[in-house]
Amino acid sequence: MTDQPLVLLVDDFQDNREMYALFLHHAGFRVAEAGNGHEALEQAFALVPDVIVMDLSLPGLDGWEATRRLKRDRRTRHIPVLALTSHALEGFSEGARAAGCDGFVTKPCLPEQLVAEIHALLDGARKPESRTSTQGGS
Amino acid sequence: MGKSVALRASSRTSGTELTAARLALVEFLLGCDDSTECAQRALDWLGSHTGVRQSLCLAPDADEMRLVAVAGCGLPSARISRFSVDLYQRDHPLVEALTSGEPREVSVNGYGGGGSGLPFAGRTAVLAIPLPSDRSESEDRRGLLLLSPASAEASREGHWVASVLGSKLARLGAERRLTAARDGRERDWAVLDSIVQAVPDPVLLTDAEGRMIVANARAEALLASSERESEGRRRAIALNNMLFSAALAGQALDRGEPARRELLLVDPADGSDLLFELLSTVIETAGEERRVVSVLRNVSDLRAATDELEQNYRKLHLAEAEIRAERDRLQLVIDAVADPILATDPSGAIVLMNDHAERLFTMRPGSAGDVGVRVQSNDAHFTAFVSNLLFADETVRYHGSLNLLEADTGDTLPFEAIAGKVLSAQGELVGVVTILHDQREALERQHLYDQLKRASEELEEKVRQATGELTRQNELLRRQALQLEHASALKSQFLANMSHEFRTPLNAILGYTSMLLQGVFGPLTDEQKKSLGRVDTSGRHLLTLINDILDISRIEAGKMPVHLAEFPVPELIAEVMAEVDPIISRTGLTVLKELALDLPPLNSDRAKVKQIVLNLLTNALKFTPAGSVTVAAAWEANRDRLLVAVADTGIGIAPEDQAKIFDDFSQADNSPTRAYGGAGLGLAISRRLASMLGGQIRVESALGKGSTFTLVLPRTLHER
Repeated sequence: MTDQPLVLLVDDFQDNREMYALFLHHAGFRVAEAGNGHEALEQAFALVPDVIVMDLSLPGLDGWEATRRLKRDRRTRHIPVLALTSHALEGFSEGARAAGCDGFVTKPCLPEQLVAEIHALLDGARKPESRTSTQGGS
Repeated sequence: MGKSVALRASSRTSGTELTAARLALVEFLLGCDDSTECAQRALDWLGSHTGVRQSLCLAPDADEMRLVAVAGCGLPSARISRFSVDLYQRDHPLVEALTSGEPREVSVNGYGGGGSGLPFAGRTAVLAIPLPSDRSESEDRRGLLLLSPASAEASREGHWVASVLGSKLARLGAERRLTAARDGRERDWAVLDSIVQAVPDPVLLTDAEGRMIVANARAEALLASSERESEGRRRAIALNNMLFSAALAGQALDRGEPARRELLLVDPADGSDLLFELLSTVIETAGEERRVVSVLRNVSDLRAATDELEQNYRKLHLAEAEIRAERDRLQLVIDAVADPILATDPSGAIVLMNDHAERLFTMRPGSAGDVGVRVQSNDAHFTAFVSNLLFADETVRYHGSLNLLEADTGDTLPFEAIAGKVLSAQGELVGVVTILHDQREALERQHLYDQLKRASEELEEKVRQATGELTRQNELLRRQALQLEHASALKSQFLANMSHEFRTPLNAILGYTSMLLQGVFGPLTDEQKKSLGRVDTSGRHLLTLINDILDISRIEAGKMPVHLAEFPVPELIAEVMAEVDPIISRTGLTVLKELALDLPPLNSDRAKVKQIVLNLLTNALKFTPAGSVTVAAAWEANRDRLLVAVADTGIGIAPEDQAKIFDDFSQADNSPTRAYGGAGLGLAISRRLASMLGGQIRVESALGKGSTFTLVLPRTLHER
């Protein structure tokens, strides 16, 4: 099963995290989970996943800072980061992009929608020269 | 003496020679124009061819007062020149000889001027032969030939010479007189002409028809034209001639008094009117037709002066009438003044007063005795007052108070009196005019004024208090407004936070429901699917609500930016229709599009416009059980704005509810709504968005008939 893409799910709200994990498994992904920013960094450096789904509002080290650190590190710089937030106010997507996120999805986001976004990012990562970011919507 | 010898010798001439000599004399006389020369030659001829030794030719002088010698022969020339005879000396033998016309012998002595007698030598008789004159000449114009000695030969040849010389001299005299007369006539004519020319008025002599015979330059300027003159001038002159002829024809032309009449001519120089007095006199000369002498006297100035005089006279009349009216008006004015007015002469006597003054200072007939006393008292007070001014040289105006009595009642009347001197132009005192002003009214007014002032002060105090209260209330309101603003900001922040907090659990609800429905956890029974479907629908409705609340709080917090872009409206409408297509197909309603052909692109925030149109269309679909929904777009060129109208044939909105529907959480119909939204926030948001885009949403509706919502937007929204 090592050829299946590894997704690192970062979300402090366990119900959501487990729901997405369940569906991603069901959709054929390997899934690793993290409940806060520090855990997310540890997991990322340890596992080097194929894609990271990052909730931005995290206790302690938040999603923006975590993304910045991942993107600064040589080991994890190449991993696409899909930002996930329940904040729909203007400015959030720009902030996420500035921090280094490759995609942006607003909650509520149905599981199948998230899978579609991840597929789009992975396709982009395989062809880095034509990487496209996907704009999520409610 | 040699000459007398020669004369004597020649007296012996023969008959043939004599004839030749006569011929020679006649020939000479024919060629000579000088009477003295002719006379001298004739006397010389007598001396040569007859025995006449002394001879003299006498002729009347220029003024025919005297008979003087014009030539002599055989006589000392000094004596000849001195000799003369007064023609009025009728008894003188020479005068007698001349008058009788017959030759006679006269004696030498005892006659002639100065007692010297005839200038002949010796005592022989002298033959006096009168020179015959031309038939037409008067008898006075004759001369005498005096010959000595008076022989038969002398008589015979003397007669012949007298006849030849006489007719010659007569002819010469006639010629001289003719020349003199012609010269005289020419001189007279020149004088006459210069007189006529010198007359300052046009003068002319015409025939009875007015044709000019003689005229002075002034008359010619008016009535005679030449080819060289301008067309206008020639026409003016032709007109003048017509007018002049007509005037002459209209005159009763008789000899005697000159006829007068006015004649209006045109000045050929400038076309102005010239008014003349035409004086025409008929003159008749024997053998000629009637002639008329006309004098034109220019009376244009005279007429103007007369007119001016009349006008001045009229003006004078008007001025007099005005002065009269002015005087009457003055009396009216004085009477109309509510205050008594009096005029006094320098002695203090009242000369003029108005009605009001009369009531104080005069007694009306039939008044009671008290009235007379009061009037006298008033008069005394007034006189005393005026004397203040009359006896003060420097003062021109005097001001004081005067208490008089009302004549009828005896009430005291307080007056303010103002007296002013009336001075003539030379500064002499002509009189004093006094105006009495009733102080009762002023005192009353002062009283009223004081009351008013008190009331005003009270009012001011009240206003001051009210203003203070108002200021306090304003301050309170301002604080409340600040608090409200703060509260509103808190509310917006709270709503934003809350919507965030709502989303997170909702995400899990929708996610798990979706996974269950997709059979992630195994197949479901129909009952389970139906129940999960209701969970899903309710979850999605809740999400719509949360999104709407978020929109409103964003707009109110001013966190909803406007992104301007230019875009075509038809495309946007097509997109909206595509999004609601699932609902359309579910309801089975007819949806129509009516787009104007001249729609210009809209410059606005596309996403917001789309959100509004989507809201209006979903509302229309939601509230229309059957029938149709029409989306129309039009452009109002004159106001440069676009209209997007969504009309339905739905349930409609009662007039009293039409304003309410734009409020938050409001729906006219509170019955359960359909599946799509229905919190009643859509129109509230749409209205706010339209307002952000500089537009508005209008509604027209009738209950049971349907509604039309119209979005009105400026074609171009400028960044604020």
